[in-house]
Amino acid sequence: MTTSLSGAAAFAPLTISDRLAKKALRNSKERVIEFVLFAAACVSVLTTLGIVWVLVSESYHFFENVPIWSFLSDTMWTPLFADARYGILPLLAGTLTTSLVAVVVAIPLGTAIAIYLSEFAKPAVREAVKPFLELLGGIPSIIYGYFALAVVIPLLQLLIPSLPGFNMLGAGIVMGIAIIPYVSSLAEDAMRAVPMSMREGSYAMGSTKFQTAIRVVIPAALSGILSAYILGISRAVGETMIVAVAAGMQPNFTMNPMEPAQTISAYIVQVALGDLPHGSIGYQSIFAAGLSLMLMTLVLNIAGHMIRRRYREAY
Amino acid sequence: MTSADSAGLARIIRRNKRGDLIFAIAGFLALMIGVLTFLALFLQMAYAGWERLTPDFFMNFPSRRASQAGILTAWVGSLLVMLVTAVSAVPLGVAAGVYLEEYASKNLVTDIIEINVTNLAGVPSIVYGLLALGVFVYAFGFGQSILSAGLTLGLLILPVVIVATREAIRSIPQYIREGAYALGATRWQVTRDHIVPYSMPGILTGVIIGMSRAIGETAPIITIGALTFIAFLPEAPIGPDFPWVNFEWLKSGFTVLPIQMFNWTSRPEEAFQQNAAAAGFILVLMTLAMNAVSIWIRYHLRKDIKW
Repeated sequence: MTTSLSGAAAFAPLTISDRLAKKALRNSKERVIEFVLFAAACVSVLTTLGIVWVLVSESYHFFENVPIWSFLSDTMWTPLFADARYGILPLLAGTLTTSLVAVVVAIPLGTAIAIYLSEFAKPAVREAVKPFLELLGGIPSIIYGYFALAVVIPLLQLLIPSLPGFNMLGAGIVMGIAIIPYVSSLAEDAMRAVPMSMREGSYAMGSTKFQTAIRVVIPAALSGILSAYILGISRAVGETMIVAVAAGMQPNFTMNPMEPAQTISAYIVQVALGDLPHGSIGYQSIFAAGLSLMLMTLVLNIAGHMIRRRYREAY
Repeated sequence: MTSADSAGLARIIRRNKRGDLIFAIAGFLALMIGVLTFLALFLQMAYAGWERLTPDFFMNFPSRRASQAGILTAWVGSLLVMLVTAVSAVPLGVAAGVYLEEYASKNLVTDIIEINVTNLAGVPSIVYGLLALGVFVYAFGFGQSILSAGLTLGLLILPVVIVATREAIRSIPQYIREGAYALGATRWQVTRDHIVPYSMPGILTGVIIGMSRAIGETAPIITIGALTFIAFLPEAPIGPDFPWVNFEWLKSGFTVLPIQMFNWTSRPEEAFQQNAAAAGFILVLMTLAMNAVSIWIRYHLRKDIKW
């Protein structure tokens, strides 16, 4: 063999030290690349730290001026008045009311859609309809806001003539429609994860599809379904543009959905649209509002994930 | 079995089947509420905004007179912001996804990163706006610029890109890697020559879905202080003189399509509502087109891959 290597002789044979040097170079290159990739993965952690740092540090300055107790208990939110008062309760009431309306719309419809798609629909129907649901979930929320204002609220006013032009009912209903795809797809995933053998057992006992869905599939998938609800609520709490457009921009301490009111997120938008100087207490107030919002969604998200993990029935 | 028994049984069966049918109809109706809402929304905007959808509408600056107002600054702004978003989020997201799937060993740091990505996906978008206001606009001094907005949306869609990348990589069978390693490839060579190319369709799908979400985001961009009325265009990124590219546009003030729409929506005059409908129609059309492309990629590019 050694004699026939004339072609390979064009390559200078590598000495052992050359090979070691090449290998060392290659190894260090590999390490550099791994470090770069690791750094990219850390950007997401930095984002979280950045969010916490910004919200907490600005809120800290805010709470130096506004006692935390009056922030939590005062029923007036009038940051733009001469006699400014910063009680989060009116904004909280707005957020809770719109979210509640949204949930009342999204949970029954989302659950019914999930059961239908997972237990009743033929595969062809499912394949045809799911892209529509995905599209519905992908529509920008400003579009939903416009839809609430231009279509849904006028329709509601036909039913309830006394309804004002901006109200939490219309905003909440549209918000509910906007989160249906989210709730239904998570709930459907949970139901489809229930093994076929359980359904077959139920069918073998003579149950109908509906009985199987209600008595076998839903109990088995309950943790996933509940977590879908909770994550849906978290979406509703953080939703901004629909309520900013259609619910009105006046803080209003009420839980009556027929009235206009402002949510925490809509307040942030309102202030950002204006021209508050950096460092003023009004500027800091949006971070305190943001911190409240963040805490609420964080608790809901953690609860949602924990329920899914902790109470998942393993098959 | 007596005939009375079997009649009773038949009655029960009939009742149960009726229950089944009733729910099937109810479920179908619930589904139709979703589908019909989508159609109603789309058609209403098309109908209300139709008259305004002329070439002038795309080439005019905003105006105090509704009939002369256009979306030129808005779509140019959206385009430039999307450019920054793509350039920042795609490399970062893909690199992070590759790291978590191919490189990371199972340890505490990896767990923290994973939990963190899941949590970030649930953070309301307006909170990203507050982050950007504190960090990009003031701490880094980028100001209320295209750069700040693009980076904000980049961070916002980062979890989407990471999750899509990881799912795409996970579907590549192990023997592909083993084959390459057996031939002496290093980890990076395996990643660069096999893992990333094969997961491209999945990554692309995620990127497009993320971008379609970013293009409609309004709240975070308002929070960092985008202007709602701007009557100038940022400097062109490509110019006739050396060095042909300039980055002045990154520092420019801007508006984007959803903000322009929000601005028109919040005016009481009927004529501006018409403009809002027209702008909304364009926006929905863009998100629909992007989603359609991603669905197409999912079905067609993946079909060619047979493991």
